[in-house]
Amino acid sequence: MSDAVSTQATRSKGLKQAFQRFPFLPALVILIVLLVLNGYFQPRSVSLIGLTGLTKTYLALMLLAVAQTYVVYAGDIDLSVGAIVSLVNVVIVVLMEKWGGSGLSVVAAMLVGLAAGLVCGLINGFVVAALRLQAIVATFATSIFFTGAALWVLPVAGTPAPAAFWRTYGARFFDIPFVFYAVVVLALLLYALARLRLTTQLLAVGDDAQGAYQSGLPVTLIRMKGYALCGVFAALAAFCITGDTASGDPLVGGKMTLYSVAAVVLGGSALSGGYGTVVGSVFGALIIGLINSLVYFVGTPSEWQNLVQGLAILIALMAGILVGRRAQ
Amino acid sequence: MNAAAAFIRQPLSIAIALIVALLFLGEQLSPGFASPQQILRLLIVAALLGIVAAGQNLVILGGREGIDLSVGGVVSLSAIVAGNMMNGLDSGIPLAILACVATGAFFGLINGLGVTLLRIPPLVMTLGMLGVLQGLLVVIRNGIPSGRAAPGLSEFVTQPFLFGLPGIIWLWIAIGVFMAFLLGRTVFGHRIYAIGSNEQAAYMAGVPVKRVRVMLFVLSGVFAAIAGMCLLGYSGSSFANVGEQYMLPSIIAVVFGGTSLAGGKGGYTGTMAGAVMLVVLQSILTTVNIDESGRQMIFGATLLVLMLFYGRGRAMRA
Repeated sequence: MSDAVSTQATRSKGLKQAFQRFPFLPALVILIVLLVLNGYFQPRSVSLIGLTGLTKTYLALMLLAVAQTYVVYAGDIDLSVGAIVSLVNVVIVVLMEKWGGSGLSVVAAMLVGLAAGLVCGLINGFVVAALRLQAIVATFATSIFFTGAALWVLPVAGTPAPAAFWRTYGARFFDIPFVFYAVVVLALLLYALARLRLTTQLLAVGDDAQGAYQSGLPVTLIRMKGYALCGVFAALAAFCITGDTASGDPLVGGKMTLYSVAAVVLGGSALSGGYGTVVGSVFGALIIGLINSLVYFVGTPSEWQNLVQGLAILIALMAGILVGRRAQ
Repeated sequence: MNAAAAFIRQPLSIAIALIVALLFLGEQLSPGFASPQQILRLLIVAALLGIVAAGQNLVILGGREGIDLSVGGVVSLSAIVAGNMMNGLDSGIPLAILACVATGAFFGLINGLGVTLLRIPPLVMTLGMLGVLQGLLVVIRNGIPSGRAAPGLSEFVTQPFLFGLPGIIWLWIAIGVFMAFLLGRTVFGHRIYAIGSNEQAAYMAGVPVKRVRVMLFVLSGVFAAIAGMCLLGYSGSSFANVGEQYMLPSIIAVVFGGTSLAGGKGGYTGTMAGAVMLVVLQSILTTVNIDESGRQMIFGATLLVLMLFYGRGRAMRA
């Protein structure tokens, strides 16, 4: 009798420790359940082709959720990520067209795009960390500025991206779709970044900014680096959007901002900072994608789809927070 | 001398000074910008934003990272509900008011319960609610026509009513007085500041923290619903996501009014000035002859510069 109780106690304690060590576990469980449900209602959705399509469409959101996570680590938020995606999207499309659309020009345009994302991130970091404006309203203001810049680069949507670019994004190499290589590279990149001192520093600032400062950390600089990293990942997300839509649109990223925040929360990171993982955010983005496709596969009438998606995401957000809290 | 300096440092004084400066600048850029009719038109637009910001202000004052991202969705939904209830007839107005207030209160109540009982952070709860509301709008729009404003409602929002001012301005003034009374003179108002500045202490002192916070979200929904109805009167008919434009500007109006996003500090009078300031600034940019991209870049940059005047975070000290 007492034996059973003690094993149960140790098991729940072990579970608790697992949750603490891997905050993304609830997200992983939701993700697997959603995958199973998707497969049940539409077996083809979990085939290689189905998963390739899912990854192609949601790789941009995964990257943007990762971008948001680095800022959230430090207890900040970036409401301009969507505008950065739009800006980088139009910058690379316009430059690729101007420079002829050959392989070399594509690479050059992407480098400029990365630089643009970095500059946007640094601007955000400057106004939030150095000027000490409130992150929510300050990054909303910069998002208006970045959207204006995107409209200046390309006033109306429609300029096509060169074939060399989007064909690569949709291509297969040795029978494996390009996007899966991209996911592997992303995984390696995230692993490397997680081992950097910067990740620990961001989490330390998010956990207790005053304490981090008193122990000698350059808090302002660290927060700025978080925003800079966020800008770079937003630029990577813009590459994926461009590969997926194959055109330039100065407003393409606008709707993605709030989804990136939702993905971070779904992934088990705390918006107050100091606690979370980028892997969780990637899962969070996939959860949003799988909810959207599941709602379609179960045969929801088209006009009801948005409502059911909205409700499912709200419930997933609440469930994730409740489970995560019980574990903590 | 010190009192004068303190007065100048007040957010309200800053906002009013900036409004006057902006009006002067607008008049220089395009003569007639600061004419009485124009100012009246600006005030009507500002009233719409200001009414949404009233609810936002209450939620933010209540602290614990209080924020309501769902106001835009409630504004849109309320405009549709009102349009269908009255459908161009004055006789439908009372029912429309009831239906709108009930709609706003309902979604505010769910937000409030999620934030208090389940302890979901307000940003997450209201963000999720925004998604639900946007989905609901798609369903409603597919099933029924968007409806029209009753002539009486349009008149209330756009035509002079008393002393040359339209009814909506009087409504806004009334809301301003109500808010000042609520925050300054009632137990409920003091409790808002109490839970906003130190929730633990307020709880120990016997403040029903959860009930107060739920009420704040309900009020935010109701104010957004009222604004949605007035917006229908202003534009005649509702269109897709009319309310979206109010989500983040309502927060900026609150910040420009000197209310701290950390909660517990601030009031509504400043927010009213903040709403007017935002609208005047936007209006100046539309009168100047530059294209949309330049307008947005200047607007964003100006917002950042203006934010420097308000509650910047404290510098780190060892």
